[in-house]
Amino acid sequence: MSVDVHSRPRLAAGCRMGENNNQRVLQMPERALRLNGPSLEIVSRCDGKHSVSQIIGELQLLYSKAEPRKVEQDILGYLDLLQKERALDFEL
Amino acid sequence: MTPAPNNPLALVAELTHRCPLHCVYCSNPLELQSRANELSTETWSRVFKEAAEAGVLQADFTGGEPLARPDITELIRSARSSGLYVSLITSGLPLDEIKLEALVQAGLDHFQLSFQGAREETANDISGTKSHQHKLRVLEWLKRYRIGLTLNFVIHRRNIDELEEMLAIAENSGAGSVEFASVQYYGWAFANRGRLLPTRRQLDYCVERLKRTEEELQGKTRVLFVVPDYYAKYPKPCVGGWGRKLMLITPNGDALPCHAAPTIPSLEFENVKNRSLRDIWESSDAFQKFRGEDWMQEPCKSCDRRAQDFGGCRCQAMLLAGDAAATDPVCTLAPQRPKLDAVLAQINDAPGAESGSASPNAAPADGIGWRYRRNPA
Repeated sequence: MSVDVHSRPRLAAGCRMGENNNQRVLQMPERALRLNGPSLEIVSRCDGKHSVSQIIGELQLLYSKAEPRKVEQDILGYLDLLQKERALDFEL
Repeated sequence: MTPAPNNPLALVAELTHRCPLHCVYCSNPLELQSRANELSTETWSRVFKEAAEAGVLQADFTGGEPLARPDITELIRSARSSGLYVSLITSGLPLDEIKLEALVQAGLDHFQLSFQGAREETANDISGTKSHQHKLRVLEWLKRYRIGLTLNFVIHRRNIDELEEMLAIAENSGAGSVEFASVQYYGWAFANRGRLLPTRRQLDYCVERLKRTEEELQGKTRVLFVVPDYYAKYPKPCVGGWGRKLMLITPNGDALPCHAAPTIPSLEFENVKNRSLRDIWESSDAFQKFRGEDWMQEPCKSCDRRAQDFGGCRCQAMLLAGDAAATDPVCTLAPQRPKLDAVLAQINDAPGAESGSASPNAAPADGIGWRYRRNPA
């Protein structure tokens, strides 16, 4: 299953952002994922309002020194991983 | 002294040993704590605060049946306001629509509902209670809420052939995760082992079927399978390594590195009423005893896998090898492994085991019925 760039991802039921010892984490049933730098930028935009292509656009600006295609691929790969983890719902 | 390598990440709060079910594989100890010894709401609230400050991310409310605590809503609110992610691991009994609404409003993050089978007759036989129909009602009520939902099917020889029906229940529920957790053989389950251990044929089918299901449901429902230790080649990294990730608090406040740790006679446990959680984590004898690698014997001591599985389960080593520092006997490299192979041979060589379907419901060789979990005073 690949990520649709027109869809708007949001955190799935039972998933939310949390913080502990100044470390942002994505809390999920029975597990948690540390969020740093780009992963934090991506997950905080998974709010059901940003589309995948908007997230890509904003991060390409934010990381303007990086190759835009590489940024896009990294984001799609990360969203795919979060989807497999059942951490996101993709709304059309 | 082996220093604590990191923070505890998960707090397992065994709120009570009381439970309306009497499951024949209950993971509670054979000696149960009475209601009179249970920690107060205030003490639990302090524990949640201390846990969050010590770096814990998630609190798993379990028991017994955590809903048997009249203050359950308050406890959820308290853990959540301390900053913890709160899971309720429950049988769904006793629960009604009003109570469920209150739990969600209090900030419950994740609801894990246990199932003893897919058919009423089986489930009620295993739990010694009429509970199955009620669980199905709870699943319907849960559809109103956007909270995490995991279905947990505890599987063994008697119900593993209901896998297709279990999958249908899971799919209909819309759960984010479904776990098929094989019974492991400690305490009550050990007492019922002869009737619970699945055959190899049953297990092979299950593994193959769930692998397919996992692919089919990807992105929709996570499918998790926990293999019975006895059929594994190497041991599980029990509790993520002793004193590495998890702390369990018993109903009366003892802090344990693992729920079965009291079966190890040489260990003494500190109580949260007398010492802070961080203190217990960092410097209590029980948490240090099997932390790191210094305690290991051969073949663990020089094994490449020792940083992966941490020698397996200390309580299983105690139970099966009579030595808590031995290699977990489920490991194929363990000197005690032949004992387990003999147990498996007995199950798999029994008449009907080849077909995989005749044996599950047949009377056990010992001719004795289930040994049901009792309830504390």
